[in-house]
Amino acid sequence: MNIANLFKIALRAIASNKMRSFLTMLGIIIGVASVITMLAIGQGSKLQIKKNISEMGSNMIMIHPGADRGPGGARMSADDAQSLTLTDFHNIEEQNKYLAAVSPSVSSGGQLIYGNNNYQTSVTGVSRGYLTIRQLKIESGDMFTEADIKCAAKVCVVGKTIVDNLFPEGSDPVGQVVRFNKIPVRVVGVLKSKGYNSMGMDQDNIVLMPYTTVMKRVLAQNYLQSIYASAITEEITDLAIKDVTAILREGHKLREGDDDDFTIRSQEEISSMLTSTMDMLTLLLGAVAGISLVVGGIGIMNIMYVSVTERTREIGLRMSVGARGVDILSQFLIEAIMISVTGGLIGVLLGMGASAAVESVVKWPISVQPWTVMLAFAVCTFTGIFFGWYPAKKAANLDPIEAIRYE
Amino acid sequence: MEKKPVIEINNIRRDFVVGEEVVHALRGVSFTIGEGEFVTIMGTSGSGKSTLLNILGCLDTPTQGEYLLDGTPVRTMSRSQRAVLRNRKIGFVFQSYNLLAKTTAVENVELPLMYNSSVSGSERRERAIRALQRVGLGDRLNHKSNQMSGGQMQRVAIARALVNDPAVILADEATGNLDTRTSFEILVLFQELHREGRTIIFVTHNPEIAQYSSRNIMLRDGKVREDTVNPHILDAAARLAELPINDD
Repeated sequence: MNIANLFKIALRAIASNKMRSFLTMLGIIIGVASVITMLAIGQGSKLQIKKNISEMGSNMIMIHPGADRGPGGARMSADDAQSLTLTDFHNIEEQNKYLAAVSPSVSSGGQLIYGNNNYQTSVTGVSRGYLTIRQLKIESGDMFTEADIKCAAKVCVVGKTIVDNLFPEGSDPVGQVVRFNKIPVRVVGVLKSKGYNSMGMDQDNIVLMPYTTVMKRVLAQNYLQSIYASAITEEITDLAIKDVTAILREGHKLREGDDDDFTIRSQEEISSMLTSTMDMLTLLLGAVAGISLVVGGIGIMNIMYVSVTERTREIGLRMSVGARGVDILSQFLIEAIMISVTGGLIGVLLGMGASAAVESVVKWPISVQPWTVMLAFAVCTFTGIFFGWYPAKKAANLDPIEAIRYE
Repeated sequence: MEKKPVIEINNIRRDFVVGEEVVHALRGVSFTIGEGEFVTIMGTSGSGKSTLLNILGCLDTPTQGEYLLDGTPVRTMSRSQRAVLRNRKIGFVFQSYNLLAKTTAVENVELPLMYNSSVSGSERRERAIRALQRVGLGDRLNHKSNQMSGGQMQRVAIARALVNDPAVILADEATGNLDTRTSFEILVLFQELHREGRTIIFVTHNPEIAQYSSRNIMLRDGKVREDTVNPHILDAAARLAELPINDD
């Protein structure tokens, strides 16, 4: 019996019990559709997080003072530790091998006033490299200069939220003088808007000043709260971290075996932590959906059993005119596979439709990946074979003498 | 006149184990059937004729004894080897027709050739049509099995048995479900096939049918009781003509 004929027979058997075949398929359809939709939701969220993080600068390395301590010991806020200094910043800037940009960071909260408008925010003292590190762009005006940093000039660059709150009537903030905690500061540039990040933080609520200005005129302190840096590429982030660690340890005169008195984190670490959480969530969603696929498979097995019993005489006849066991086996197996694959195809379409619906109605990020479709499809073919095998084997092992006289 | 033997069985025994007991269905049966013979095998229920038919049809194998079908020893064959042998050498006609439901006459007749990969799709159809024309159903090729009368269905079944050009046609109570007139029509068909040189084995418990065959083997208690050649073969067509026409 050739394949084309087997398909013809299977098709006829399915067509002669349309309702039953459809209901059987429904189990597979729902299973596959839910697997695809769930994975699409999981993958979509993961991609969204990745995208947000890379917008924040995926090559970013953050250096904070204080060790990443284990349990015990007095705990201080990292901001209170004074072990990170400008010397460290200069050492890193001069000695690093893998960094594209380095910037110190000191920040202070306070009120920003212009005319009769004010806004509660915080200013961050940074170097020019900060723009590269955080992937910020100047929209109008300019970034403050190296000369500004050298003389601790009272200048700042502001984000869109600040502009909206201090200049609500829409006048150009560049060149205007605003006051921060009574210190007059001239706005030299406005940053391009970045919107909210995935953690719900407003990335436009930002005021950048030369770090020298913040250290000398605002905080009057000589240590740094953190140092931000950016590796040349994402791949060498780890190398860059090792490099910076070595520079800092040497600068801090730490001996072999001493713990670091600073902590280095990379954006990539945070990113992989978040995405691994999403991976787990995806797996969970997929597993729940997978169970419905298995239930669908059991439906196929059930119906195939009924079909074999119902067609015992037909099987007996086919055997007596020369069908071998393997012919009968493949006939029923192909029928089971056809039901599950057809159900799978419909399920894929339905799953894609459901994903699109979730995207447009609930506004969740969705990503239907080719591999999830392939996976769902492969699983339902396998389901057909797995659950079709036993009834088909039963049919193939029937005794033709008894089968043909079966009532 | 010595004919080429189609079926040779030699001291065949078939035992069934039922619970603790061993039932001897066949207790040493031997005969040879030559090409072109029309043999009726008769016996009461329990005589072993069904068992013998299953063995002759290669659906079952004897516990002991040798069976040569068209020169091929059957007893040591595997299940699938016997399936292939049935496909090439045997045509079955059953009492209850056993046609595929909701399937046209041609497709029913094509069935045995479907399991023979050396026959192409077009040749298969052509042979099925020829077989249906031979049994007088040339005008009902695409009728479905549920649109036909009992006699027509049995003709389709006979066409199906002919389509693979078998060495022997095995009929199991082939007229058992039909009324007298239709039975004779089928019998006429068998006699015509006999005259064309086909080898036919007709298993029945109806002694009347034996009068239309060329040889009669009578079984009782698993043994051959009588094996007689019929010197005066009656003409089924003549008998059919004498029957009153059905007026219902």
